[in-house]
Amino acid sequence: MKTLEELKAIRDRARDSVDLRRDNAGTRIVVGMATCGIAAGARPVMLAFVEEIARRGLKDVTVSQTGCIGMCRLEPMVEVYAPDKEKVTYVKLNPDMVGRIVAEHIVNGNIVSDYTIGAAE
Amino acid sequence: MDLFRAHVLVCGGTGCTSSGSAELIRRFEEQLELNGLEKEIKVVRTGCFGLCEAGPVVIVYPEGTFYSRVKPDDVNEIVAEHLIKGRQVQRLVYSAEKSQVATSLNQMQFYEKQKRIALRNCGVIDPENIDEYIAFDGYQALGKALTEMSREEVIDTVKKSGLRGRGGGGFPTGLKWEFAFKSAADQKFVCCNADEGDPGAFMDRSVLEGDPHAVLEAMAIAGYAIGASEGWIYVRAEYPIAVKRLYIAIEQAREYNLLGKGIFGTDFNFDINIRLGAGAFVCGEETALMTSIEGKRGEPRPRPPFPAVKGLFESPTILNNVETFANIPQILINGWEWFASMGTERSKGTKVFALGGKINNTGLVEIPMGTPLRDIIFDIGGGIPGGKAFKAVQTGGPSGGCIPSSLIDTPIEYDSLIAIGSMMGSGGMIVMDEDNCMVDIARFFLDFTVDESCGKCVPCRIGTRRMLEILERIVDGKGEEEDIPKLESLAKTIKATALCGLGQTAPNPVLSTLRYFRDEYEAHIKEKRCPAGHCQALLQYFITDKCVGCTKCARICPVGAITGKVKEHHVIDQAKCIKCGQCVENCRFNAIIKK
Ligand SMILES: Cc1cc2nc3c(=O)[nH]c(=O)nc-3n(C[C@H](O)[C@H](O)[C@H](O)COP(=O)(O)O)c2cc1C
Repeated sequence: MKTLEELKAIRDRARDSVDLRRDNAGTRIVVGMATCGIAAGARPVMLAFVEEIARRGLKDVTVSQTGCIGMCRLEPMVEVYAPDKEKVTYVKLNPDMVGRIVAEHIVNGNIVSDYTIGAAE
Repeated sequence: MDLFRAHVLVCGGTGCTSSGSAELIRRFEEQLELNGLEKEIKVVRTGCFGLCEAGPVVIVYPEGTFYSRVKPDDVNEIVAEHLIKGRQVQRLVYSAEKSQVATSLNQMQFYEKQKRIALRNCGVIDPENIDEYIAFDGYQALGKALTEMSREEVIDTVKKSGLRGRGGGGFPTGLKWEFAFKSAADQKFVCCNADEGDPGAFMDRSVLEGDPHAVLEAMAIAGYAIGASEGWIYVRAEYPIAVKRLYIAIEQAREYNLLGKGIFGTDFNFDINIRLGAGAFVCGEETALMTSIEGKRGEPRPRPPFPAVKGLFESPTILNNVETFANIPQILINGWEWFASMGTERSKGTKVFALGGKINNTGLVEIPMGTPLRDIIFDIGGGIPGGKAFKAVQTGGPSGGCIPSSLIDTPIEYDSLIAIGSMMGSGGMIVMDEDNCMVDIARFFLDFTVDESCGKCVPCRIGTRRMLEILERIVDGKGEEEDIPKLESLAKTIKATALCGLGQTAPNPVLSTLRYFRDEYEAHIKEKRCPAGHCQALLQYFITDKCVGCTKCARICPVGAITGKVKEHHVIDQAKCIKCGQCVENCRFNAIIKK
């Protein structure tokens, strides 16, 4: 270790791998992963979120899972909880739709109405 | 870099390791692989989470779900339910937290009143991975000290923070460093006291197991401040996990050149050695510790000269406790104002305690100085088990004293504890309930010091033994009127004349129990009665009216002390009874009592 910059570079690299464990006040993306969700393809959707968020280096965003949300016919379903905002529920997702949700909603705060539960009903 | 969507943290502290956490890690890895999840979910072995009572502990992030008492057979369920389907396994979630909402550590009552500085990385990082320490700002403080601060500035920061030694004495750390800084010499040393000999204490072990780099970093900072290039850690060999992690940490720090020559491109060199202690209590005393590092028999020597002038290998040396060191990097990063804003006027920051004895949440807690004892015992500690009454709490180990329930609102700080006849000590905190006999507690600690006395000075070698004999006599029902004044006069002499802290403080448990529980001593001596119903020799067993005359006790009694006809009230012959308690255990009608 020769400089403080070198240490900071290691820190920034290592941070990505421990971010999950920090106290997170940011956005939570919750994927329905009960039997119905998994059968409808929730796993690739979840992984797509994880990858997209890492690719963009978004901090304060976590992806976690939940059980059956109760509308199995609309799976894979994902709920987005942003601080101080109403919960948004996306339905019938596939991995190709994830990029747009992250870009428009998570990053820019604009809900992708086409994919929401309101549009599907 | 691999992307993980979840982390499974398994406690690898000594407590959880002995309750089987290594097997849990193996099972998790096996199950994750079976389910093809090993690239998605990472298993991390961490240091102690503090809630040892609930061990083995497993925490799943990002939800922060706190699972307690996890058994190997539970692993399949956690993987299948939580990690695959995202449903928390409710029956394993820590009992005070049955809510559906994802809980984080900070929301649990056990952690709510705590403030984790020395323990901040314990249970959060993988202690065997230096990158994780660095991710949580590790080695930033060393970098800052070496590249941006002068030696005087480092010492000044530590002085102004108000940090005092956490090893027992409470000496101001910055002042100690300044003395050593001012001692001119070619060679100086930094020593870390990881001997931790107090019965029931495991604060330092947990720091070493959970965050070893924090200690290494602080020692290097101290080395820079006083002008030393060599550090020594004296750790007891009974701490194998801590020792192993220290070796790994030192190796990793050397690889990154955070130890070694020319650290951070400066001309500062520093390296650290480890010396294993054989577990003698006296070797925790600073002069004995250094003598032991030198390879000689661990005996104390008179001070002055103080170690800052003439310490290890006759060179100026500072010796600090593990927890003292663990605070240092945080003070340099966040500034002395931040540290000094916590605690009370003369006791700054936080203190870690090992909670044990008659308490629901046995474990490790870190609280801001000034927190009342009541909060520790009843809020964080969850109170006394079995609905029993709180009687006293012992702090300061064999050098400390018992604090009675009437003083439970005393704030925890160095001076207030001394004022009530106890002391902060290194952080052991043993809770006692109504069933504990205070004379017997004093006897227990005296027994410990007599055992551990090195024998070099007469007051400690012989004086403490005489005190122990008197105490043994009292609990044996053979106490005499003059015993209390005799104890008091011996105590006074030993305190004034013993060579080192071991002897000087050895009478404290006796003096403090005499101060607050004198009536118990008197009951033992004058009435031959143990009010707590603990001292075997003073107990008598009686059969009450509940007796239906089943004859079971009479048949069980090994000495034939119980007589009575079938369906008639039985009686115990006190002259024959050996107080083995067999009758009480076997009576189906709860008809036999001891008092
Ligand atoms: C008998 C005896 C045992 C001690 N044991 C320990 C110990 O296990 N750990 C410790 O840090 N200090 C122990 N001390 C206190 C040390 O002598 C010394 O004061 C302390 O390590 C200094 O570090 P600090 O200023 O950071 O507290 C003991 C003192 C005595 C008299």
